[in-house]
This record gives sequence, C-alpha cells and structure tokens, in this order.
Amino acid sequence: MSGHVSPKRVYYAIFGALMVLTIVTVYVATVNLGRLNFPVALGIAITKATLVILFFMHAKYSSRLTKLFVGTAFFFLLVLLTLTMSDYLSRGLKTYPGGAAGSGYGERTPTPPADLRRGKEEGGRERTEH
Amino acid sequence: MAEALTAHGDHGGPHAHHPALQHHFDTLDQQHEAATLGMWLFLITEVLFFGGLFLAYMLYRVWYPEAWAEGSYQLNLTLGAINTVVLIGSSLTMAFAVRAAQTGLRKATVGWLIATMLLGLTFLVIKYFEYAEKFEHHHVPGSNFSFPGPHGDQVQIYFSLYFLMTGLHATHMLIGFGLLSVIAWMAHKGRFSEQWSTPVEISGLYWHFVDIVWIFLFPLLYLVDRAHTPVG
Repeated sequence: MSGHVSPKRVYYAIFGALMVLTIVTVYVATVNLGRLNFPVALGIAITKATLVILFFMHAKYSSRLTKLFVGTAFFFLLVLLTLTMSDYLSRGLKTYPGGAAGSGYGERTPTPPADLRRGKEEGGRERTEH
Repeated sequence: MAEALTAHGDHGGPHAHHPALQHHFDTLDQQHEAATLGMWLFLITEVLFFGGLFLAYMLYRVWYPEAWAEGSYQLNLTLGAINTVVLIGSSLTMAFAVRAAQTGLRKATVGWLIATMLLGLTFLVIKYFEYAEKFEHHHVPGSNFSFPGPHGDQVQIYFSLYFLMTGLHATHMLIGFGLLSVIAWMAHKGRFSEQWSTPVEISGLYWHFVDIVWIFLFPLLYLVDRAHTPVG
C-alpha cells in the first residue's frame, strides 16, 4: 500500500492558486505600503507554503504522527525567530525611544541618499526590467 | 521464530511477501509510515538549517533597512519571478510523478520525473545568468565588491546573505536532481508499483521542501523592499 492518491484536478487547482498568489505578491511589491510590504509578502508566502505542504506533500492526508512532525518543524522555527528577534528588537528600549530600531540602527528612509541615485545614473547600471 | 526465518529464506509459501518489504517491518504500510516520518524528521533539521539564515536575514534587515532596499533593488525581478513559476511548475510535475507511481504507471512516472528534472535544470541555468550579472556588476562580496553610496558595506552584508541563501538553495536543487535521477532509473527498472512507491513519494517530499524554501526566498530577497526604493 502507498499513500493517498489525489485526483489530478486537485493538483491543477493548487498549481493555479500558487500562480495567482505569485502574481499578487509581485504586484504588491511594486506598491509602497511602507511597513506593510513585509507582512503582506510574508503572509502570501506562508499561504503558498501551506498549500504545498497540505496538498503536494500530502500532509492533509497523512497520519496524526506525521502531522505532529510537520508542526514541530515550524514550531521550532518560530521559537528560533521570535525569541532571538524579541531580544534584539527590545535592546535599548529603555534608553532610546522606539527601542533598538529607533536607536539610530536604521530608521526607514523611503528615499535613498542623493549620491546613490546619482551613482546609478552616471554608472549607467543596466536594468533589465521596467 | 524458526519457522519465520526459514519462510523468509525462500520468499515463497505461506510467508511470501512483497520484495520491497524489509524484514524489520510487518507490513508495507508500516514501512511507508516509517519512511515518511523519517523524511519529515530530516526536513525538520532542514527547516532549522535554513532558519538560521532567515534569522540572520531578518536581523540585518531591521538594522540596515536602507541597505536592504538598495540591495534588493539590484536583483533581477523578471528572472526571479520566472524562476518562481519554473520551480512551482516542477512541484506540479513532481506531484504527478508521485501520482503516476502510486497508480502503477511506469512510463508516466519516468516521464514526469524527467520533466521535473528538466524544470529544475532550467531554474539552475537561469540562476547561473543571475549570478553572472552579479559578478559583472561587482556585487559579489569580497575584494572586488563595490557599491556606490554610504551603505556600501551594509549592502555587502545583504549580498553575502543573498549568495549564501540562494547558493544553499541551489545546492539542494543539485542534490534533488541527483536524487531524482536515481529514482527515475529505479522507476524505469520497474521497481515501483501500486503496492510500493514510497521512494518516489519521499523524494517528492524533499523536492517540494526545496520549492517551499524558494517560495520564501523570492519575496524576502527580491520583493519586500523594492517599493521602498524609488525607480531610478
């Protein structure tokens, strides 16, 4: 006996959904949403990954133990990311308003410095898109 | 016990079993479940392997947002997007290869596996051209790195992570290519059937995992900071 056999149309539907999400994420990237660009792109990526795991990797149809293993991977990834980031992002919270992010490490600047833009024009950097 | 041992010796009689069934498993189902779990266990370590690099990416991105915006603007969005489509397409053909193996279609299995390998190869060729562009523009970290503006050193960190993450991903693609060529050969030899297609399935798990890594690499490296740099 082998694992679950899905009808072909399920795979086509998932592939279609993944393509649509890819187009959406590329389009959204051209719109300046400020701080929202990151969570939106990450949300779409997580949705795509979930579709792949559930349907292409058959996690939806596997045993509870296998599902637990799948969950474990992302649980520990989350531990790694949140614990470390909460440490780094909260450093200087008491000494600088806004914490480490406001401590001069980097305020988000929507426009790059003038000399960079000049460098681009003079250097004639080739852009393949646009 | 002695009876079982002799029965296993000639693979015939009342104790005959599937040739793929290993002696430490009771049934093919049990063997399938163990192999699937083993593969997922390996993938957990892979998630954390790449996770370390994603962590470095996120941390430096918080510290140097300007450098991240400038660096990601240098990446070729068109090639990155094409590669995303190619790789997700290869996941579709891989899913079909697994399905063909599960339903005992030998030729279709080999065909879909070769299609998957070709798409994987297409991805790597496109990646090669992207890397070549980076060498031309001196965007490869090291003594020849140069980037205008005050954030040059920080942009070099961005490109270090770019090459580490995409390079590690490409290495996984190469390993996957080798894995699938072995599996395709085994399928060609008729080693899989409706009763036993687990090797194709767990190779599929690996291939899909590599696809998932790219699903995250593409927006993080190419997309998230692009809108924050005005089009020059």
